[in-house]
Amino acid sequence: MKSLLKNRLTWPLVALLALLALNQVFRADFLALRMQDGHLYGSLIDILRNGAPTVLIALGMTLVVATRGIDLSVGAIVAIAGAISCSYIASSSDPSSLATAGTAAAIAVVAGLALGVWNGFLVSVIGVQPIIATLVLMTAGRGVAQLVTGGQIVSVSNDHYKSIGAGYAFTLPISILITAAVFVLAAVLTRRTALGTLIEAVGINPVASRLAGIRARNIIWIVYVFSALCAAIAGLMISSNVTAADANNAGLYIEMDAILAVVIGGTSLAGGRYSLVGTVIGAFIIQTLTTTVYTLGIPPEVTLVFKALVVLSVCLLQAPAARNALRRFRPAPKLPAKEKVAI
Amino acid sequence: MNKIVPVVQMDDIEIGFPGVKALDRVSFRLFQGEVHALMGENGAGKSTLIKALTGVYSIDAGTIVVLGESKRFSTPAESQAAGISTVYQEVNLCPNLSVEENILLGREPRRRGSIDWRGVRARGKEVLAQLHLEHVDPGSLLSEHSIAIQQLIAIARSVEVNAKVLILDEPTSSLDAGEVAQLFDVIRELRDRGVAILFVSHFLEQVYEISDRMTVLRNGCLVGEFMTRDLSRISLISKMMGKEMDVLAELDQAPVRIKSTSNASVVPFIETEGLGRKGSVSKVNLSIYPGEVVGLAGLLGAGRTEIARLLFGADKSDQGSIKIKGKPQKLRSPRSAIDANIGFCSEDRKEEGLIGDLTVRDNLVLAMQASKGWARRIPRRVQDQLVDEFITTLDIRPANPDALIRNLSGGNQQKVLLARWLVTNPELLILDEPTRGIDIGAKTQIQKLVAKLASKGMAVLFVSSEIDEVLRVSDRVAVIKDREMVAEVINDDISEHDVMAVIAGGPE
Repeated sequence: MKSLLKNRLTWPLVALLALLALNQVFRADFLALRMQDGHLYGSLIDILRNGAPTVLIALGMTLVVATRGIDLSVGAIVAIAGAISCSYIASSSDPSSLATAGTAAAIAVVAGLALGVWNGFLVSVIGVQPIIATLVLMTAGRGVAQLVTGGQIVSVSNDHYKSIGAGYAFTLPISILITAAVFVLAAVLTRRTALGTLIEAVGINPVASRLAGIRARNIIWIVYVFSALCAAIAGLMISSNVTAADANNAGLYIEMDAILAVVIGGTSLAGGRYSLVGTVIGAFIIQTLTTTVYTLGIPPEVTLVFKALVVLSVCLLQAPAARNALRRFRPAPKLPAKEKVAI
Repeated sequence: MNKIVPVVQMDDIEIGFPGVKALDRVSFRLFQGEVHALMGENGAGKSTLIKALTGVYSIDAGTIVVLGESKRFSTPAESQAAGISTVYQEVNLCPNLSVEENILLGREPRRRGSIDWRGVRARGKEVLAQLHLEHVDPGSLLSEHSIAIQQLIAIARSVEVNAKVLILDEPTSSLDAGEVAQLFDVIRELRDRGVAILFVSHFLEQVYEISDRMTVLRNGCLVGEFMTRDLSRISLISKMMGKEMDVLAELDQAPVRIKSTSNASVVPFIETEGLGRKGSVSKVNLSIYPGEVVGLAGLLGAGRTEIARLLFGADKSDQGSIKIKGKPQKLRSPRSAIDANIGFCSEDRKEEGLIGDLTVRDNLVLAMQASKGWARRIPRRVQDQLVDEFITTLDIRPANPDALIRNLSGGNQQKVLLARWLVTNPELLILDEPTRGIDIGAKTQIQKLVAKLASKGMAVLFVSSEIDEVLRVSDRVAVIKDREMVAEVINDDISEHDVMAVIAGGPE
């Protein structure tokens, strides 16, 4: 019980379950899943599907934050990726074929990787502070996306492309499957190799890491490229879901949600130890909140305040001061919790 | 001396960490106007006892009475409010603030709600003058000063509060002889003013010089309280280690170095010619042969650490050249030095060695993993094997590979950092102050280890501020003075005095 209380995943998980339970109380069929035309439907599936882009971006953000960095440009990359793929499809000679959709997605992903290389270059080679380095692309990126779309909202009608964000496979939405695949990729990439440990080492003590011979430059570069890759895939999902590229609004403020998810998930903005599972839980808390607002019929004008209150309470529960107060409430040993590593 | 009621009385203190009982019914008394030394090996519970008194840890059982009032500290602020002031082993100040801001942080004189900067300057100067630090500009950044000065400024901060109890945790580990004398003058002055001083140091001579009384701990238990003048050095050591005296009598004296067999024909592993760096050190002509321990001796701030860093590529040289095994080589970064089979333990464990939030295992294999690159993870089985091996051979305690390294005692942290390099099988190991802040037992262990490594063919550069230690382990001693290498002496049973004479004599 003590170790459960100390585990940094406990509180986010409790918050998520509490939110879900609250919904269930107000809507008896909330947790119900039903099968229709071989597809799973239900509120839970909606949460997973709608939360997929945030989860993806938050995964990338987690690794960036673990190196003491931050990536503000992910929203702009979402817009650029969507703009590129939709513009390509719209201008192609065969706008509804599978090949066109595939090429469009591939070009957008490559563009995303290139933007990640740019961010990583600024941070790790030039040594610009991460918040400034990625602010460059955050500001310029939407401009680039508008240039690509020519200032218009580019609509496409390509069923293959549409399936990325709205399609189903194996009874589940494809976006969920893609997100799960990226999660597994990230987990394997960081914990099956030494990348995770080296990321944490660089985040905890950059000076000691350099003296131990870690090539911090490469490590930092990798995390920004990975973050941009996640953002580009999320950009495909978002534009595919609405079958249009909106340079101004696609992925707007998604970087804030992603950072919030990382923090709720228990990864400190000061860098160091991180938890991918925590981040996923954090992202789902944010998404479930949005759903809860609808379920409870909270009037739109108090929606944001309600969200803020929930986020505040989760963060409070994680704060050392609040934990100590809790511990005084239930007497227990007083050493800082030995935190478990989770992927 | 007024010794009726102790200023601090701690009775039957118990503190436990997961899996360890750090303090087991320890009692402790501190009187007004005395210097009281807290003695014990690393891990004996000295730091824990101090942290209980300063409110960093709260106690599981026992009582603390300060100035007649029963206290239960749960934050350092509460302890400070009770008149207890602490200077820790590693300087805990803000390097990016000025000296005066550090001294007065949180207690700045105010005028109409805003900080009275003139008052800050005046008060800062006044406090510095009390410590005879007039030459330090109170407006300069803390980070501009050497660790030694920073330590004294940390003490200045405590002096400023007019503390009733002053705790000095290894205050002298970064100071040279002159600075120690200066510090001791201040300590005596404070003692005569009636401050109760708790002094923790691994330097026995200093403890005997400054303390009136001592409390000895071993393995979290109280051994006893003694008047310093009644306890001989040898019996003190035996009480700290819990071992027989006759074994100890020879322990600290005997040279541990193993005479290397003549290897005059061999090429030196590393050879420098006129090596230097602008604004740092110059004219370093040093060669280290395989199987040889070369000591770097010199006063604090003479440039010892700077030379060590140049040889590891931690700082880039801009004068002279380096040859490795006879071939010219540039060491542009630690990475390139590691690729040339060089390892380096920094003098600053906390900032430049430890990855505090990672486990002993992760820290131990870090350099090896770094040189393999991130993609080729050392298999867990191999990691466990290496970690177990070094935990056993270096006697790392607690023997738990999953413990976070920041929870280990200083000596054990140092052993893990040594092991970090030993697993990479370096041909040259650079050790900068490897025994600083470490108890005698661990110190001797490390010295013996160095001798053993050299006898197996490793080249070692041993940097230490304790000349007797340098002489005990080195085959040759390079003497550094005023940021230049001034002499090289073959350690042919030369004495500490001989080395001092070289340091004292002018450069030819």
